[in-house]
Amino acid sequence: MADSTTSESVNSTNAEANDDANVVTVNSVAVVTTLAWREIIRFFRQRNRVIGAVGQPIIFWLLFGTGLHGTFRLTPTGEGGQSFLDYYLPGTLVLILLFTAIFATISIIEDRKEGFLQSVLVAPIPRWSMVLGKILGGSIIAVAQGLLFLALALCIRMEVDVFAVLQITAMLAVAALGLTSLGFVIAWRMESTQGFHAIMNLALMPMWLLSGAFFPPPELVAGLPIGQVILHWTMRLNPVSYCVAGIRHMMDSATLTGFWAPSLTECWIVTSLAALLAFGGAWMIAGQRTSGDLL
Amino acid sequence: MSNSAAIVVRDLSHSYGDRQALCELDLQINAGERFAFLGPNGGGKTTLFRLLSTLIRPQSGSISIFGFELPQQAMEARAQLGVVFQAPSLDKKLTVLENIRYQAALYGLSGALLNQRQTEMMQCLGIEDRANEYTEKLSGGLRRRVELAKGMIHRPRLLLLDEPSTGLDPGARSDLWNFLRQLQQDMKVTIVFTTHILEEADQADRIAILDEGKVVALDSPDALRATVGGDAITIDSADPAALLQDIRDKFDVAASLVGAQVRLELPDGQLWIPRLMDAFPGRIQSITLGRPTLEDVFISKTGHRFWQEAEDQ
Repeated sequence: MADSTTSESVNSTNAEANDDANVVTVNSVAVVTTLAWREIIRFFRQRNRVIGAVGQPIIFWLLFGTGLHGTFRLTPTGEGGQSFLDYYLPGTLVLILLFTAIFATISIIEDRKEGFLQSVLVAPIPRWSMVLGKILGGSIIAVAQGLLFLALALCIRMEVDVFAVLQITAMLAVAALGLTSLGFVIAWRMESTQGFHAIMNLALMPMWLLSGAFFPPPELVAGLPIGQVILHWTMRLNPVSYCVAGIRHMMDSATLTGFWAPSLTECWIVTSLAALLAFGGAWMIAGQRTSGDLL
Repeated sequence: MSNSAAIVVRDLSHSYGDRQALCELDLQINAGERFAFLGPNGGGKTTLFRLLSTLIRPQSGSISIFGFELPQQAMEARAQLGVVFQAPSLDKKLTVLENIRYQAALYGLSGALLNQRQTEMMQCLGIEDRANEYTEKLSGGLRRRVELAKGMIHRPRLLLLDEPSTGLDPGARSDLWNFLRQLQQDMKVTIVFTTHILEEADQADRIAILDEGKVVALDSPDALRATVGGDAITIDSADPAALLQDIRDKFDVAASLVGAQVRLELPDGQLWIPRLMDAFPGRIQSITLGRPTLEDVFISKTGHRFWQEAEDQ
């Protein structure tokens, strides 16, 4: 049965060796977009996921923002200083990214359980296209949710110019790729979603709390207590800090005083490198087989 | 090379830790054949299926699929394969059509060709009126049809099915085999399936019986049945061991104890029943005469009942 699914042959030697063979020229871009689109469709068909990923951060933002309004003080540069509601905005954005990105990749555990992954694993596609499809899908969902929240927040809080919004979108996209990749790395070897909650509470939430999202990193000055020094370095070594600081720069760089803050260039470099590293990690780990493949 | 072998397996062994799942397997499946791997659970079928479907790599020995060696030419081999897993692989949150189209994209199908194929495939499987339903709402039989459509959309030369009847009622099972036979005729597909259901194996042109990781018999269903010497007589008794000994002493025939039953394979079985009844009055609770079945073949090749293995585990 000569059945060439496309007019082109990928590998002419094999086609000669076996002239009846199906020759599949898989367009990797089509595979990636298909798998990404599947993630997006699935996400919006599960309404509780949409509500969970955006709802909780918004509630946090409003409750903490108004609740801590009286106690939060940063050295004001202009008149009035910055309210906690404003300070907390970039952190909330990153929290939405984190929630959405992480929960989007948990679905790999479902994919495995429901057997969908098996049919992807035996398809004639390169492994990286499967990884990128999953991560891209998760990232697009995360950025969309982030922007939705940003639009809501901007309506009630402050004015940001269009250029800043574009910059923020780009930063969100890079960070989302990184966080989704991180989620992928964690989820790939996991056999149940229960284990994920432990990781969420023990690693991911602290990572977010120590990113300057919730409270600013102390400045490294002479005579700083040792606890504060440790805190400073922990936050400084946390790649998420650079994403939060970057967004804060873009919203209103004038407020970045009185605490440690990396420059915008540093923010871009660290966030991009971390995202690349996480994606590389996801790609590598996906090459390994897990016992879960054999369900 | 159109009459070439679909699958050639040479000296294939596979183990999970200490447990040997497959042991030096050698076999060839011809193009266009319907081929069954029959065996009890734990016999090595699933491992073999994972190896053939390229889900896991061979540890030792070789597999070639239409001349493409695994794992070196896995990509080319995968393009020849349509795989229907035992566990459903449908995405429940997607519609029937979406499931089929997304699968097609993984095999490089798009545009007009895809539209034409999906229409053909859905018509062939009688699911075109379900195209826009979510697969989570479908019955087991319909889901299996969508699985088949997914597995066949890229017109593979070899369709691999793992326990295709799992979860299907008898009606749906018979439908499934009608579809498979039709697919085989229309598209000249080689069909290879695993099963632990004896009647299902009868659907195949040839059967390989797998037990403890080895092929214990390989032939057409009729030829396999013919290897059992004549008719099968099974006897229930209160003390089967003693009865077995007495039958051997008195008649000098080959009898064996299978489970708690005495078993004889003899030509002219009908003549032996009165003879046995007269010789051992009161000791025979029931006596059955049957044409040899695939289970008889299994018993005669392995010395134990088909289901014993599964129950022991």
